Amino acid sequence: MSRQPKAVALISGGLDSLLAARVVMEQGVHVEGINFYTGFCVEGHTHAIRKKDRARPRRNNALWSAEQLGIKLHIVDIIEEYKDVVINPKHGYGANLNPCLDCKIFMVDKAREWMDAHDFDFIITGEVIGQRPMSQRKDTMPVIARESGAADRLVRPLCAQNLPATLPEIRGWLERDKLYGFNGRSRKPQMALAKEFGFEDYAQPAGGCCFLTDRQYSVKLADLWATRGTREYDLDDIMLLKVGRHLRPRPHFKIIVGREEGENRFLEGYRKRFVHMLPTSHTGPLVLLDGEITPDDIELAARLTARFSQGRDAERVTIEVHGKSAATHSLDVVPLPTDEIPAGWYI
Amino acid sequence: MSVTVVDARHLLCPLPVIRTQDAVGKLQPGDTVQVLCTDPGVVHDIPAWCRVHGHELCTITEQEYEIAISICIGGSGS
Repeated sequence: MSRQPKAVALISGGLDSLLAARVVMEQGVHVEGINFYTGFCVEGHTHAIRKKDRARPRRNNALWSAEQLGIKLHIVDIIEEYKDVVINPKHGYGANLNPCLDCKIFMVDKAREWMDAHDFDFIITGEVIGQRPMSQRKDTMPVIARESGAADRLVRPLCAQNLPATLPEIRGWLERDKLYGFNGRSRKPQMALAKEFGFEDYAQPAGGCCFLTDRQYSVKLADLWATRGTREYDLDDIMLLKVGRHLRPRPHFKIIVGREEGENRFLEGYRKRFVHMLPTSHTGPLVLLDGEITPDDIELAARLTARFSQGRDAERVTIEVHGKSAATHSLDVVPLPTDEIPAGWYI
Repeated sequence: MSVTVVDARHLLCPLPVIRTQDAVGKLQPGDTVQVLCTDPGVVHDIPAWCRVHGHELCTITEQEYEIAISICIGGSGS
């Protein structure tokens, strides 16, 4: 090759993708990063919404990785296209509604499209054989390469020595001896390599980077699909599942209760889309009502709203009810006693 | 030298960054983008994105819950 080889690296913000990109850069390859936003990404939203989380580092780990590497990072919105991965995963779900194998295939395929469009030569991922139970196994590695269409242009620098030689190795763009043979769930080899490269303060795995791996989130998504009778969703639907307490007191409607100031402010952005209510006689949450609402539902939701307000022990609480239009009225209600809220109402 | 306004209010990160990136991709070096946001995460993410892509962060102003970020497009493109 007369020019410098060029590779696009999938950068998640975690340590493995950071190291994988760096290993390839060490061999003189021009690397740029790509990061996909599905709408289910944990990063950013949760920190931004909840006031109590605001003390946490709010950096975007993928951008942080790119800065450490000194490379460009292209963040791509795949919210719409990703729906089919979530709704119809060919390889099924993991422990929750996480379609990890289909997700990896989809992302490598999108990276392949980007590679072709930008005249790059190969793709890098931070995958390690045995690291993840669904998508990073010896038998799934070739499935990802084949079904994404990337084939031998997909390089996993951290475990390459355990896999057949790829095109960049065959063509001499990469020396196989300078790639690695990591295997299994241990993080020690990666941590040692990070130290060698001088990477500190990298993101630590903490329950995954995708809400679909979270059991509670998956239960809420399954509830949304079941009660609507369709698996279609939009971005607002999946954002709202990340926020507040969700209770379904009747099959045809649920309420979303802000748990603190940050969540209340976030829910305010949805006021025009939902019937909503808030206490005016006491401090309390903003509550959205999702579903086909009847007058009886309003009364019940108001009593629940009162229960989650500072007036929970008061005789009566005044609740202001707002329709989707400008119509507003007030109700004086008795807060619903805690023992009258069945555990099954909580989603 | 044009000034483009990106309204990313009520979007959570990284969507404001993506909207900014999409706008910058259509502009020329020396042009300016003004991004309006409400997610406090942008005060970290958009400057980081600018550093990675070689654009100059001109100003960040915060008023109540609204944040305005002005970016001068650098020569390296997006």
